[in-house]
Amino acid sequence: MNDPANNSGLSFSIHKGVTRWGETGIKFWLRICTAISLFTTIAIVVLLLVESFGFFREVSPIEFFFGTRWVPLLKPSSYGVLPLLWGTMLITVGAAVIAIPLGLASAIYLSEYANDQVRAWIKPVLELLAGIPTVVYGYFALTFVTPALRSVIPDIQVFNALSAAIVVGIMILPTIATLSDNALRAVPVSLRQAAYAVGATSYEVTTSIVVPAGLSGVMASFLLAISRAIGETMAVTLAAGQTPNLDLTLLESIQTMTAYIVQISLGDTPSGGIAYQTLFAVAAVLFAITLMINVISQWILGRFREVYD
Amino acid sequence: MAQAEYVDATTEKKKTSEAVLELQEVSVLYSGKPAVKKVSCTIWRNRITSIIGPSGCGKSTLLRSLNRMNDFVDGVSIEGNILFVGQNLYGDAVDPVEVRRRIGMVFQKPNPFPKSIYNNISWGPSINGYSGSMDELVERSLQQAALWDEVKDRLQESALNLSGGQQQRLCIARALAMEPQVLLMDEPCSALDPISTAHIEDLLFELQSRYTIVIVTHNMQQAARVSDYTAFMEMGNLVEFGETDQIFTRPEKKRTEEYVTGRFG
Ligand SMILES: Nc1ncnc2c1ncn2[C@@H]1O[C@H](COP(=O)(O)OP(=O)(O)OP(=O)(O)O)[C@@H](O)[C@H]1O
Ligand SMILES: [Mg+2]
Repeated sequence: MNDPANNSGLSFSIHKGVTRWGETGIKFWLRICTAISLFTTIAIVVLLLVESFGFFREVSPIEFFFGTRWVPLLKPSSYGVLPLLWGTMLITVGAAVIAIPLGLASAIYLSEYANDQVRAWIKPVLELLAGIPTVVYGYFALTFVTPALRSVIPDIQVFNALSAAIVVGIMILPTIATLSDNALRAVPVSLRQAAYAVGATSYEVTTSIVVPAGLSGVMASFLLAISRAIGETMAVTLAAGQTPNLDLTLLESIQTMTAYIVQISLGDTPSGGIAYQTLFAVAAVLFAITLMINVISQWILGRFREVYD
Repeated sequence: MAQAEYVDATTEKKKTSEAVLELQEVSVLYSGKPAVKKVSCTIWRNRITSIIGPSGCGKSTLLRSLNRMNDFVDGVSIEGNILFVGQNLYGDAVDPVEVRRRIGMVFQKPNPFPKSIYNNISWGPSINGYSGSMDELVERSLQQAALWDEVKDRLQESALNLSGGQQQRLCIARALAMEPQVLLMDEPCSALDPISTAHIEDLLFELQSRYTIVIVTHNMQQAARVSDYTAFMEMGNLVEFGETDQIFTRPEKKRTEEYVTGRFG
């Protein structure tokens, strides 16, 4: 080896010598992988749009978006999606009402109050909770939550929105807790010190400095959790049942958009018919809603980055 | 209470002053390992005391123990006594929040809140039940920190839009708004350019008649220029403490002389 300090020969070339084939190959592979996932996404969107378009040739968008009865399989049929949207909303709002306060409180506890030992076992437990298959939550709702609720509210139905909302709330709680905890912990320690140094209590530091500073990350965690609740399928199908319902009730069976998709996918609805196409129309609505929420949360997170750059 | 007679004729500071903080054999330990060892000295009212010494000698640790900011460090313990106008700072009945209201701190890196310039100043006083005119307090604090003229037309803008030097002066203004008895500053100029540093040094001269200031600095000229008393620390020990003039011109200890003249090794 030459000692570069003693290297007196200053003639060398900075032009391309050998082509680095390994690098070229890897670049090629990475491009292929990106292309595959991009293509899949586009294909799904196109399929949704094409099939929905077929649906809307038969059913007017006015009936679909504003109709209040969802009876796609029986005559006389009616294709108002509002009961399904309403079912999804009941579950989502119910779950959010449970999970947002609890999740935020856990996040604040974890980031501001818990010491390292406590964090060291709470975090894995939360991740475990997030890893439980959702069908187990549905089963848990049917066999535990609903009977427990019935002992308090005797006339609650076997399938009911409340029990589904509760388990979906439990299901999305770890998402909120861990992501909000990350957002709060990303708030620089120096900010907390600054706040303590002007005689703030830890409550004041948390509520007026740390949470506002991490707010965009916290909001993004709420939105992500909400979009999970909207897309949640197995637990709500099992716990809330299959009855499209436009009443303001948590005690009766309802049907969410996802549960309807399960119903059609599992049944023997012939492909190509109008009943089959409802599947894609409903899926397109579901997709549009989740996409919108994800875009909003990306936008919020983008603003969050600006603050600390 | 202890009284000190100034003997320095050259600076016309021949006044008596009272002790604000008295350190009695103070040791600070991180998980049992001492970072500050049996330091005893007195911080006098309306005087600037600088703490100098090589990196890692425990300057910041000592400074943080003066307003209980060390409470947030895991595994820290403190031995000895620190008397704050006669009361034990670490006594059982002491509320650390009250301590920090009275002993303010400015940090090495500017750390304004992600709030408006105005709210950066007003937040501390408002949570502590300040009842006077907030507008006046904000203006007065910014003026004391020599920042008012630069920001008076944009008080509602985010403090994060200010330059580093302006942010640091904002942090000083924020600390001053609490009207603290003592102001602790941990290398407040280390992240700043020479012009901002000069601004802040001028500021220290201004503040000196009304505030008791303890400043950690790596800058020997700064210590010599701004402070009345100097503490020289090395490996957790307080090697020498005395009037700045004496420390820099007639140090008693060989190590001090070597350090202040730059022949330290
Ligand atoms: N949080 C901590 N946990 C454990 N040890 C620490 C901690 N903070 C500081 N120390 C140790 O205590 C000693 C003194 O650190 P301190 O930060 O007080 O030094 P300093 O004089 O301020 O140095 P500098 O001039 O580099 O800021 C060092 O040996 C350091 O490693
Ligand atoms: Mg330091």
